Amino acid sequence: MVGALRRLRQEGESYQGVWSWLTTVDHKRIGIMYGVTAFLFFLMGGIEALLLRIQLSSPNNAVLDPDQYNRIFTMHGTTMIFLVVMPLSAAFFNLLIPLMIGARDVAFPRLNAFSFWVFLGGGLFMNASFFTGGNILKGELGAPDAGWFGYAPLSLQSAGTGIDFWAFGLLILGVASMASGFNFIVTIFNMRAPGMTLLRMPLFVWMTLVTSFLIIFAMPIITVALFQLLFDRLYGANFFNFEAGGQPLLWQHMFWLFGHPEVYILILPAMGIVSEVLPTFSRKPLFGYPFVVISGLAIAFMSWGVWAHHMYTTGLGPIANSAFGVSTILIAVPTGIKIFNWLATLWGGAISLKTPLFFAVGFISMFVIGGLTGVIHSIVPSDYQQQDTYFVVAHLHQVLLGGAMFGLFAGIYYWFPKFTGRLLHEGWGQLHFWLMFIGFNITFQPMMILGLLGMPRRIYSYPEGAGWEWWNAVATVGALLIGVSILVFMFNVVLSLRRNDQAGPDPWDGRTLEWAIPSPPPAYNFREIPTVRARDDFWHQKYEEDETGRPVPIVGGGAQEPEEEEHAEGEGHGIHMPSPSFFPLIAAIGLPIIATGLIYDAAIVAVGVAVLVVGIYGWALEPASE
Amino acid sequence: MSHTPAALETGTGLDNRKLLMWLFLASECLLFGSLIGAYLLYRGQSVVGPYPEDLFDIPFTSVSAFVLLMSSVTMVLALAAIQRGDQRGLRIWLLSTALLGLLFLSGQAFEFTEFNHEGLSLSSNLFGTTFFVLTGFHGAHVTVGVLILLSLLVMAWRGRLTQSQSLNIELAGLYWHFVDVVWIVIFTLIYLIQP
Ligand code: HEM
Ligand SMILES: [Cu+2]
Repeated sequence: MVGALRRLRQEGESYQGVWSWLTTVDHKRIGIMYGVTAFLFFLMGGIEALLLRIQLSSPNNAVLDPDQYNRIFTMHGTTMIFLVVMPLSAAFFNLLIPLMIGARDVAFPRLNAFSFWVFLGGGLFMNASFFTGGNILKGELGAPDAGWFGYAPLSLQSAGTGIDFWAFGLLILGVASMASGFNFIVTIFNMRAPGMTLLRMPLFVWMTLVTSFLIIFAMPIITVALFQLLFDRLYGANFFNFEAGGQPLLWQHMFWLFGHPEVYILILPAMGIVSEVLPTFSRKPLFGYPFVVISGLAIAFMSWGVWAHHMYTTGLGPIANSAFGVSTILIAVPTGIKIFNWLATLWGGAISLKTPLFFAVGFISMFVIGGLTGVIHSIVPSDYQQQDTYFVVAHLHQVLLGGAMFGLFAGIYYWFPKFTGRLLHEGWGQLHFWLMFIGFNITFQPMMILGLLGMPRRIYSYPEGAGWEWWNAVATVGALLIGVSILVFMFNVVLSLRRNDQAGPDPWDGRTLEWAIPSPPPAYNFREIPTVRARDDFWHQKYEEDETGRPVPIVGGGAQEPEEEEHAEGEGHGIHMPSPSFFPLIAAIGLPIIATGLIYDAAIVAVGVAVLVVGIYGWALEPASE
Repeated sequence: MSHTPAALETGTGLDNRKLLMWLFLASECLLFGSLIGAYLLYRGQSVVGPYPEDLFDIPFTSVSAFVLLMSSVTMVLALAAIQRGDQRGLRIWLLSTALLGLLFLSGQAFEFTEFNHEGLSLSSNLFGTTFFVLTGFHGAHVTVGVLILLSLLVMAWRGRLTQSQSLNIELAGLYWHFVDVVWIVIFTLIYLIQP
């Protein structure tokens, strides 16, 4: 076997084309794969959303039956959170962290590849559940049906294998997230270029660090909860079994103890992106940098003490409810600090009105509404009225789509030229923004009204005459508009790649290190590891300030890595980069096989374990290059 | 990148792999914390027997806890051996650690079968559920640890673990000690302190 492993390894080093992607350990390629995969899942989740909206567009509609509706709304939420926002954020971690801190790669390149393959496997595994319900062409869907929050005992009583796929899928995805969490913490702590002190790190690096810590501490909790659920479902354990004395409410505590830190795992990377975009397009440093950093840390700490605000109506009692109400209101303080710092960054800046800035400002405005609705939720008596209504749906989309996704799109428009060498077309980009922004507001502001009118969430239909018809119809129109905006975005990407509008290394007059190197960056990123002398180091290489504090270009500044030279023959050959490897992929394939076996047949488990073991031993015995 | 001594250049001064291990163990604390929390939450809530006081054999489990504790000592000796270049010592102490780990696992297997004979199972009651899942997770960690130790032993035998690679032993040691400490916590909270 050792011989076979060795052969695999030697082949790995000479792979090209598809194989070079399957064996790559280059953080940039992994980042691109994360981004593209997450976008495909975004389309999937988006189609699910449109189906839900079409079903709800009029009362007593029958496009989906109740069973299909439950499965699709469960997969929609699970997909958008675990297969879209988290991996899109991971795409940016991968693409940017080594570049921003002046490193050649992450601390563990193969572990990084492993994260991606595990994520891909987990996502496919989860979606495979659609096929387990019978004939999918006849509309007999498998798939989980207990919501993205999987409340027990509903998730225990759910028949079929949907919930098992859901729980194992989330466990697999958790492995991917934790592996990348560890990797990025080590990378950020250990691999910074000389002079890149913690307080000189770009804000996106800070937010990645904080998010990674949240991931490695929150994921184990949901891991245990999911195992408990699976033990109950598959092996007759009693964790949530009321007759045996178990408490179904334990699930909610565990889920939200994970879940609230999770919402900050979803939003902090987008906040990091916005904190990079705003200074560049206002040509001013981020206002109050240390406050923004500290608020990020404060949010992360406080996010552990607010989980029961999801459970006010479960009868925890007035003292617990008040305590969690207060902690929830307090967490809005550091959030507000960030918002004021962003506004102050724009204030008096030399604004350059480009698509990334549109999305960043869109983020701020929508996130403010989202945060304020959150504060309304946090007030216990008020939440008694809102819990389980469309008001909560409006809130969570306001922060997740209006917040996280707008921030992520700002990042896509901002860094697309860095990694493809081409600018995205401005006109189509702004059309994308306006369609999405208007569509978003037409979809979700009506949901606030619907919620206040008492329309419950998680229902597949509603009767005539409740006064909900008009706003539901409006919301569906808005959703279709968002769909159109995504088509515009896809068209823009294809068009821009064809158009060949060369971006050059620094199209936006950027501030951070990634703009100092060619676009797309060479495999080794930096020919020479840079020495950092200031926050926004690259900016300070290009500009100095005159007496009035206005930036004045330095002649010949910031040109230390001109693009032409990179194309010179033999350039960069002296730099030793980690060699490609097959084994992360092999190890990753083992996990969904094991999960399949645990649902269906123990013999398959043995196969999965064998694959995993081959992957791990091959990996460990490979001459280490990390 | 590969042939540079990473530890000398890192931001924290810790080797990348060591920092990774520390972070992993920190995250494991929450895993075991949640499992132990669930056990404590459900302590005394079982509606039918068998109950802990019917089953626990404190002297027996004390011995197996002692075995695991001793394995931490041999683990320390293995590290000391490789650090002074004593290959024979390394092999002896690695083997002893693995064997002590296996002994602990057989004790656990014996205990599980005993309890099972007396009617305790994953589904019998809350005690069975929480006990087997908690100690089972711990046992799985010990099993992984034994596999790591045995793999290192094979490498040492083939002369592929030189003095300069003592970090491998150090990392395995960190993991092993952690698993050990977790058992001490479990033993104290679950076996010794009975309300
Ligand atoms: C100012 C900050 C925030 C506050 C005070 C806040 C408060 C709340 C409260 C009290 C609820 C429970 C409502 C209920 O079920 O009755 C809630 C739900 C929710 N929040 Fe927030 N929130 C904030 C920010 C965020 C952010 C940044 C995100 C994600 C990016 C987020 C995502 C969610 C989600 C997904 C739910 C619904 C969970 C469900 O039941 O399915 N929130 N929020
Ligand atoms: Cu929350």
